[in-house]
Amino acid sequence: MRIPISWISELTGVTASGREIAEHLIAAGLEVESVQTIGEGLSGDLVVGRVEEIEELTEFKKPIRYCLVDVGADHGGIRGIICGAQNFVVGDLVVVAVPGTILPGGFEISARETYGKVSNGMICSEREMGLGEDHEGILVLPPETASAGANAKPIIGLADEILDIAVTPDRGYALSARGIAREVCIAYKVPFSDPIDRVVHVPAPSGSTKPAECASDDLEACDLFTLSTVVNFNPYAPTPQWMKNRLRDCGMRSVSLAVDITNYVMLESGQPLHAFDLDKLQGTVRAGHPIEGELFETLDHVERTLSASDLVILDDRGTIGLAGVMGGLDAEISDSSTNIALEAAHFDSMAIARSSRKYKLSSEASRRFERGVDRTIAPYAALRAIELMLELGGGEYVGMNAVEAPMQVTVITISNQLPAQIAGMEIPAQQVVDLLTAVGCQVTQESGQLHVAVPSWRPDITDQADLVEEVIRLIGYSNLPSTLPVAPAGRGVTHSQKLRRRVGTALAHAGLSEVLSYPFVGPQDLTALRIPAQDPRRDMPTLANPLSDEQPWLRSSILFTLIPTARRNLGRGHTSIPIFEIGSVFQGGMDTVAIPHMNVEHPPTPEQWSALENALPNQPLHVAAVLIGEAQPAGWWGGARPFDWSDAVDSARILAESCGVTLAVSRGADPIFHPGRCAQLSVTDADGASHVVGAAGELHPAVCESFGLPPRSCAMEINLNAVIKCAPLVMPAPVFSTQPVAKEDLAVVVDQNMDAALVEQALREGAGDLLESVRLFDVYSGPQVGEGKKSLAFALRFRSPDHTLSAEETARVREAALQRATHVCGAVLR
Amino acid sequence: MSAPNKEYDPKQVTDLSEESVNRMVAEALAAMNNAGNLAELKEVRLAHFGDRSPLALANREIGALPPAAKAEVGKRVGQAKAQIKDALSNREEELEVLRDQQVLLEETVDITVPTDRGWVGGRHPLTTLMEAMSDVFIAMGYSIAEGPELEAEWVNFDALNVPADHPARTMQDTFYVTSQDSGAVLRTQTSPIQIRAMLEHKPPIYVVAPGRVYRTDELDATHTPVFHQIEGLAVDRGLTMADLKGTLDHLAEQMFGAGIVTRLRPSYFPFTEPSAEVDLQCFICRGASVGNSGTPCRTCGNEGWIEWGGCGMVNPRVLRAVGIDPHVYTGFAFGMGIERTLMFRNGVTDMRDMVEGDLRFTRAFGVEA
Ligand SMILES: [Zn+2]
Repeated sequence: MRIPISWISELTGVTASGREIAEHLIAAGLEVESVQTIGEGLSGDLVVGRVEEIEELTEFKKPIRYCLVDVGADHGGIRGIICGAQNFVVGDLVVVAVPGTILPGGFEISARETYGKVSNGMICSEREMGLGEDHEGILVLPPETASAGANAKPIIGLADEILDIAVTPDRGYALSARGIAREVCIAYKVPFSDPIDRVVHVPAPSGSTKPAECASDDLEACDLFTLSTVVNFNPYAPTPQWMKNRLRDCGMRSVSLAVDITNYVMLESGQPLHAFDLDKLQGTVRAGHPIEGELFETLDHVERTLSASDLVILDDRGTIGLAGVMGGLDAEISDSSTNIALEAAHFDSMAIARSSRKYKLSSEASRRFERGVDRTIAPYAALRAIELMLELGGGEYVGMNAVEAPMQVTVITISNQLPAQIAGMEIPAQQVVDLLTAVGCQVTQESGQLHVAVPSWRPDITDQADLVEEVIRLIGYSNLPSTLPVAPAGRGVTHSQKLRRRVGTALAHAGLSEVLSYPFVGPQDLTALRIPAQDPRRDMPTLANPLSDEQPWLRSSILFTLIPTARRNLGRGHTSIPIFEIGSVFQGGMDTVAIPHMNVEHPPTPEQWSALENALPNQPLHVAAVLIGEAQPAGWWGGARPFDWSDAVDSARILAESCGVTLAVSRGADPIFHPGRCAQLSVTDADGASHVVGAAGELHPAVCESFGLPPRSCAMEINLNAVIKCAPLVMPAPVFSTQPVAKEDLAVVVDQNMDAALVEQALREGAGDLLESVRLFDVYSGPQVGEGKKSLAFALRFRSPDHTLSAEETARVREAALQRATHVCGAVLR
Repeated sequence: MSAPNKEYDPKQVTDLSEESVNRMVAEALAAMNNAGNLAELKEVRLAHFGDRSPLALANREIGALPPAAKAEVGKRVGQAKAQIKDALSNREEELEVLRDQQVLLEETVDITVPTDRGWVGGRHPLTTLMEAMSDVFIAMGYSIAEGPELEAEWVNFDALNVPADHPARTMQDTFYVTSQDSGAVLRTQTSPIQIRAMLEHKPPIYVVAPGRVYRTDELDATHTPVFHQIEGLAVDRGLTMADLKGTLDHLAEQMFGAGIVTRLRPSYFPFTEPSAEVDLQCFICRGASVGNSGTPCRTCGNEGWIEWGGCGMVNPRVLRAVGIDPHVYTGFAFGMGIERTLMFRNGVTDMRDMVEGDLRFTRAFGVEA
């Protein structure tokens, strides 16, 4: 809501600067976003001029007028002025900037020669004077606004300050001059005289003809409907400049006198009004519901298909307005309507919010109705509008019809101590009463209990807490003390939270950098990633309103979105890209399971809650990494070493080890990865069961190509939750012997496609308990070991718990290890 | 008389006089001192202490001396030998030290060459900032609560006193999952975690909930559809708005320095009543820039305060929806944006830097924001 300070002053008697009033309002909870001075930067004179003569200059590319304008004797009498606008005629009153005047933006007016004439000033548009954005033509003042030569500044509202207030959904009353004025009066502790208590000067209904009939078919959704009739209104009467100024300052356009009056009364009182052309109506005007599927064209020229649950305004022929949101094109008043039916009604805020959302229509009326309009003021607002119509446009008030449901006054009982208890500070009981009274409540006291009748303009106040807020905000949040509550002793971060932090730190220390990517993916991404049709990763939740139709799904794998992030880094010139991400993935769509419908009167039952939990997809935390380019740069130590599949596997190992979990690596198959360079990663739980937790290796060449990544780019992804589940809470201490170690190297030849991990496993099994460790230290394939073979060299360390191993014992264990490897893997001693 | 003097041939005998022996010692010592390395010292040893050294030759002469002179000369020569031996040994030690020093000297490298064979990684500052803020609360006894990002609408809206069609739902542009009426959304705030915490635990509840949230904003310099918040919730007997203020002041002080406080301004959130906006005192100018255009403060824009988040007393309706008796317990809640905090705290000027995943951004922060 935008409102000029002059209007606030007029209603409150408070004369303070815009900034000062803004500070008071902010402290009271109205968010003043800006204070703006109308015509800021303007200096010098602006005078009213009367156009005496117009000479059309036609020899130029665009039409140009040379005008003789009477600006009054004090300002030089009749001046010749060049003007490019066409929206005025001889006799019109305009605003003239005479030479020496500086317009906003530093534009200084001077007499100058142009279009073959001397232009001795400038006829101004609203925008040129900093009044608004209107620059379709020059500003033409209504006839008889002032005489030529008068100071134009007060007439056009210059130098007024405008407050722009962002009104929160609970403060509908602040969408009116009336509501803001009340807050200003409370802040300045001056009495408030409510504008709606003003006596409206409207003659008694003439009874010359029958006023239009009205009804409400749905007294819950429309509990007050009034329809007033005015005939013989002069549609050509101009809107006075003071009203135009206010509309403009409040951010509305002047349309026609009748429409301007409905808007003005809305800005003043907060009650939206709607004017119909009486001659276009047939029968009774009703609030009610349309026929399902009825087509209806709103004022914005959009045809809409209505449903029977919509709240609309109808006459005997059908829908003529979307109640409280927007009128229809058919029954709208026009520039020439002389007979007017004026609707002033009260609608249920939820019903209006629903319409507004459903039809994506937000209007000045809907913004007010959905925040709640004073239930009582519709008849007043109608009469106020009629008062202005008769005064400014003439005509005859025929009468008002109204239907109304009984009105409920909300009464809340509250302890006079409650605001103090919630605030945590002393608040005298009398102050509570005074402040509630100031906001308009009727308070009766009964031994410490207050019965608070809520004013009709505050439908947002429904609970004790709302009253508490009113009291504390008016005392001022700045007066609240600052105390620190003592929480019970806490548990700190959980084991799992600690490990998640540690995994990130471990990867960072291993040289990887964490990034965060958006989890949105689409079909093209999955095709580029070679995810087959039947792959469970394709089962993802779908967004109903994605940012991009090309990416409607939520990722089931971090690599889906991390690989594109790697590509972006590549595009920015990075030659080494070790990145990782820790984040949620979404497993499974939501097509089959429905979330139960639950109310908020009670907590969910255990059945409802578990149904809700089951309906949501599994959302485990994953870690993924992409490794591209140089693992080690070239330097004085030698050449660069590129990342390869083993770095990807090792990043997985590092993260698992940081959780105290040992990762088992076996041959994997994942279409994202190179078929011969893909590891399947598993962990073993406390019961000894093995779980596959992820994959690592070199990306498939086709994936690299699709994303424009260099060949042999590598990646890894792991289900972090699954790893953490296997992480020991307590690390068992090692048991080791201090007897001397016996070291043996063992080189065996196996088939080229035999996994080293299997050979190592066999060696361990064969060697038994005396084996302390085994480590692969060399892999060789070449002519010396034969076609299709490779040599694996292991360093074995043996140690006995209680004695020095003899050469014979060592040889025996080594032989046993070899035999097992021969048996299981076909290993031959090299 | 020399005895036994079996040979009667006249023979040149070594001079065994004191001066002579002293001279030999002096020559030996001088030669040692002149030896610059162990190889030279070896030659000195040979020349002055070897079998053919003057002193060795002199030693042989002792037998030829008259018995009365033998003892004295023997002693003299013996002492001389011992003196030379000691000196040799000392000099040898000295030269060994010199030699060792020389070896190290020759191993000198250019210690200033680059040593970064590997890459320095980092954690995303949004992650570490969330941890740092969480830890302030952990230290006060709070726990970290969690919840899913794809959340039931009931938890994200209804239970938080945002009924369907309430204008507050349009304040937040929500991503709906499957359809507008599936009942599932991408959470628009971390507040649903409050609901889960209150459903899972009985009061007293003191939790902090950092996490990722979603709204249908297009990415630009100040907006991102995917962002992070941190939310705090306390539900206990007798909690007050003053407690809320004190808790926020404590957070401000821990994150931004001693004496930094917060300011509350009335506002509206459906899930709190009373509600307030939280402003942070400018930790750069501490308000000194207000009304002082000569000293512009880029952090607060000469306002003295920085908009930080929202807060309030938990709406009793919310407590009822999760089965907590609002007549027994009160609560407070607050939330702030992590991106926004990182922007003004660390001077990030463009939101896009946080979301585009450029390595340079993360690396600059290391493992601490
Ligand atoms: Zn500052």
